[in-house]
Amino acid sequence: MGVTRSLVLSMLVLGSAALLVAPRVPAAQDDTAAIMKQHAAEDAAERAARWQSLQQAVFGGRAVQEGAGVIQIETPEHALDAALVPVTLTLKPGTAVKGVYLVIDNNPAPVAGHFTFGPRADPAVIKLRVRVNMYTYIHAVAEGVDGKLYVSQQFVKTSGGCSAPVGPDNTEALKDVGLMKLHLLGTFKPGKPLQAQLMIRHPNFNGMQMDQATRTFTPARFIRTIDASYDGAQVFHLDSDISLSTDPVITFGFVPDRQGTMKLLVRDSDNALFNHSFDVPAGSG
Amino acid sequence: MSEVAPGLFMRRGVDEDLSASNDDAIANIGFVVGRDAVAVTDAGGSLSDGRRLRASIRRVTPLPIRYVLMSHVHPDHVFGAGAFGADRPTYVGHAALPGALAARWEYYRTRTEAVLGKDTVGPVVMPTMLVKERAELDLGGRVLELTAHAAAHTDCDLSAFDRESSTLIAADLLFVRRVPSLDGSLKGWLRELALLKSLPARHAVPGHGPTSVKWPEGGRDLERYLQVLLRGTRAAIKKGVEIDAAAKSVALSERGRWVLFDDYNGHNVLQAFKELEWE
Repeated sequence: MGVTRSLVLSMLVLGSAALLVAPRVPAAQDDTAAIMKQHAAEDAAERAARWQSLQQAVFGGRAVQEGAGVIQIETPEHALDAALVPVTLTLKPGTAVKGVYLVIDNNPAPVAGHFTFGPRADPAVIKLRVRVNMYTYIHAVAEGVDGKLYVSQQFVKTSGGCSAPVGPDNTEALKDVGLMKLHLLGTFKPGKPLQAQLMIRHPNFNGMQMDQATRTFTPARFIRTIDASYDGAQVFHLDSDISLSTDPVITFGFVPDRQGTMKLLVRDSDNALFNHSFDVPAGSG
Repeated sequence: MSEVAPGLFMRRGVDEDLSASNDDAIANIGFVVGRDAVAVTDAGGSLSDGRRLRASIRRVTPLPIRYVLMSHVHPDHVFGAGAFGADRPTYVGHAALPGALAARWEYYRTRTEAVLGKDTVGPVVMPTMLVKERAELDLGGRVLELTAHAAAHTDCDLSAFDRESSTLIAADLLFVRRVPSLDGSLKGWLRELALLKSLPARHAVPGHGPTSVKWPEGGRDLERYLQVLLRGTRAAIKKGVEIDAAAKSVALSERGRWVLFDDYNGHNVLQAFKELEWE
């Protein structure tokens, strides 16, 4: 799951042409000659080949069909902040899906997340924020309960999100690690789908942030799994990786059959466990 | 280089982002001359920016350069620091600056050198004197009162008050004309700004914009912008507006009032959003 150092180094080099974050240079201004050259170097055929090999690696050669009508991915084409690229996945209502994969083709660890849904899930809309290392396709793949795979893709023009510093100070970034909040985004009605926004304090260090004092990379420490359950029944399980943004914010749907308790269990790569329970409909914490 | 008060010299930075043609000389940088010594504040955005500043100092005074203030972590203020190595100055920074430099110098250096060329920044310069709350630098009959601020523009802002000229050297705690960039805490910046307004300063030196403004009047535009950003972002969060949509819609009433607005406002909203969504 981790990222090898050589891979990290090569990605750092690739991502290095991005300009300053602060004073901030927006993605639109990243279009310097150097970056254009670097990103143009990978042409359409290479991108297609990359996705082919990723499909082989992740889905073992199973057919992946065009997902129009089943799953749709939305991202800003020019993200303002490469370390915080909002992604929205919309699934056709009533589609019986087992899970969803989010693949950021050109990131060092391309599989950014894999959601699997439980009986209390309402997999209609999922939102999350990711890091993008360089110009890339992002693929969202829905897996039906029948095992069929459906894909939707979006090209994102931004770069440098993986090596961007997490905060001004790496120690400070761990201060409130594990703190969580849950916001209900609609009105609670028993048996009706409800959207919720989960916020987690976690630096999600991906091993690519340099600490100049020690001349080393800040060791990777990132969220590996999130489990959400409602009154003991699973809502979703997420396997995540180094591409989630710092302080992840995840919007998901669930179906509360009655007033109850949403339990969140977050495990990171240091095997730290963070537990929170939220009363529904009271929400938040 | 203009003498904004007797013995206080500032070079106005251009209202641009880093480019090969501006050598990252985009921040207001300068120096204070006392009876015995000189304090640099700030050192500039590249080694050559710092070297030019050093040459300017030498045209004014032969006094030793005893202090180099590093007002915060941003490259346009600290990358000139290496140009003063031969002077063996005390590098002065906020107590949180070493951690911030450790996390960011290399990232900024790579990106700056991609534009300006190799060896235009040099290795990291760490502060050798840390300020936790307050400190005074005595230049011989001229005292600079330093304040280490809570998170505001960044997490490591240091301001200097020159008692003799009644001037606040605010660095990037004060933006005039050039749109502010938020990299610390929006609520914190408003709090620190309120504290600075209560100083007995008659003038202030902004980190960007004109090299001297009246104080506290010169902080009004900044305060208004930050308030608009605060109200607009809070309202967006309350309405359930997504973070990227908020970045395109908040604080647009300020658009005509600032240089480089379109290049920074969206980022400022993202930053504010990340802070305020936890309220």
